[in-house]
Amino acid sequence: MNKIIKESDVLDHLSDGMTIGVGGWGARRKPMSLIRAICQSDLKDLTVVSYGGPDVGLLCAHHKIKKLIFGFVSLDMIPLDSHFRQARQKQELDVMELDEGMVQWGLRAASMKLPFLPTRVGMGTDVLTHNPGIKFITSPYADGEQLVAMPALKLDAALLHVNKSDERGNTQILGPDPFFDELFARAANKTFVTAEEVVDTAALGGKDGAIFNRFERSLVTGVIHAPCGAHPTSCAPNYGFDLEHLKVYSAAAKSFDEYKEQFVNGPHEHYLTAVGGEDKVNSIPLPQF
Amino acid sequence: MTETTLAEICIRASAQAWKDDGEILATGIGLIPRIAAGLARLTVNTDLMMTDGETYLIAEPLPMGPRDSSNDVIEGYMSYSRVFDNLWGGKRHAMVTPTQIDQFAQTNISCIGDYDSPKVQLLGVRGFPGNFISHKNSIFIPSHSPKAFVEGEVDMVSGLGYKNQAAHPHKPEIVTVVTNLGVFDFNGPNHQLQLLSLHPGVTLEDVMTNTGFDVAVKSDELTPEPSPEELKIIRVILDPKNTRNAVFGE
Repeated sequence: MNKIIKESDVLDHLSDGMTIGVGGWGARRKPMSLIRAICQSDLKDLTVVSYGGPDVGLLCAHHKIKKLIFGFVSLDMIPLDSHFRQARQKQELDVMELDEGMVQWGLRAASMKLPFLPTRVGMGTDVLTHNPGIKFITSPYADGEQLVAMPALKLDAALLHVNKSDERGNTQILGPDPFFDELFARAANKTFVTAEEVVDTAALGGKDGAIFNRFERSLVTGVIHAPCGAHPTSCAPNYGFDLEHLKVYSAAAKSFDEYKEQFVNGPHEHYLTAVGGEDKVNSIPLPQF
Repeated sequence: MTETTLAEICIRASAQAWKDDGEILATGIGLIPRIAAGLARLTVNTDLMMTDGETYLIAEPLPMGPRDSSNDVIEGYMSYSRVFDNLWGGKRHAMVTPTQIDQFAQTNISCIGDYDSPKVQLLGVRGFPGNFISHKNSIFIPSHSPKAFVEGEVDMVSGLGYKNQAAHPHKPEIVTVVTNLGVFDFNGPNHQLQLLSLHPGVTLEDVMTNTGFDVAVKSDELTPEPSPEELKIIRVILDPKNTRNAVFGE
């Protein structure tokens, strides 16, 4: 089965009010070309689940999010995302704010088709005050401990960015940390993957390459070839995050039209030209922390 | 050798937090806590595990600032997923900087003001709920003021404190609180914040007027300065580019 599609084809699978999970972490390996495609569409009232970075900020700037399910929104070297902050401070979105491990637990529960997973995390904090929908469960064993029953976070769709894929959806994440992309894929009805490179299956590197295959192709609905598709976020080992661009993006919270015209409107190829081309992006060094 | 700075005094004081931890993961978030974890690893607790700030466990603490990472000696792997697994098992001690902390040791990094219409949106609770219920934590506050040590309670409890002990059996284990004024812990009467030592030039009154709630005084002795050997480790090995002294504008 050939799963190669374009960014715009993904929009045919999405509809208003859907719950969409976005892979990556902060300013790292976000499927930004797909995020920009959503920003240009008529989609609205989305529930977004994310270890948030500029994916969340850009969607906020386009008023696409009705409800955000998150543990944090950060651009790494720039600790806070100005667009997300503005949206929150203007009361433009509902939030389900969770510990980052609770997000993992919710995705894992959905992955395993369980209604919830128990955890202590959240006890004694306002995470539970502000999420009255989260219930408790008492251990049926001798300890009788009262635990948080973290509900499954079921996704209508997951959007991920990877280093390599073949046309059947055999993907590879080559950066050292795969983050929680696997769980996003498993928690979703459909997963769409943008890839730096689309290669023949035989070019995936055999047994040595297979350890970078973090989830199986049966989870993948569509593959989009998007070189530098994570920009301005990083995609190790190919390129680091573009701090200069993230500064321009952050400053655009004050007046967004110019940024939107220059960097959001238009296809991915147009964006790549606007930010200086593939060679320039691929030369951005990886960050040191 | 030049005079010892406040940053170096704070690093030395913070490093002591990990002294009795044995073989666990030390995580220092931010400049001073990170250098302090490195100092702990090289002095008071050589069994500590540390990461490169990203995905790998490293054999020796890394210097602050840009470096040639191909020289890093890697011990093992510590992806975010594995950090979560590790921390839920309790084998970690983090030093963090909350935006607000209150009399109950409750901490906040989520937002300032009313939750539904925040005056200032911050990071979000991140891992605080899991960290504070699962493992030891210490706190570093670079600007000790009533804005950080708030009256009443923090605006959004991100890390649990010692409040409502009857309602749930959990409590945090907060080892050390280091600020620009002194060294504290939460082991006063009923887990009250208590002073353990004052930094040079700081008075008891400075502490009282800059804290939004009552502070017990266990001791008002002078915070120990780093030894010549500790200073050398800080200055030559851990922070040769002197990033630390920018924290207090020294």
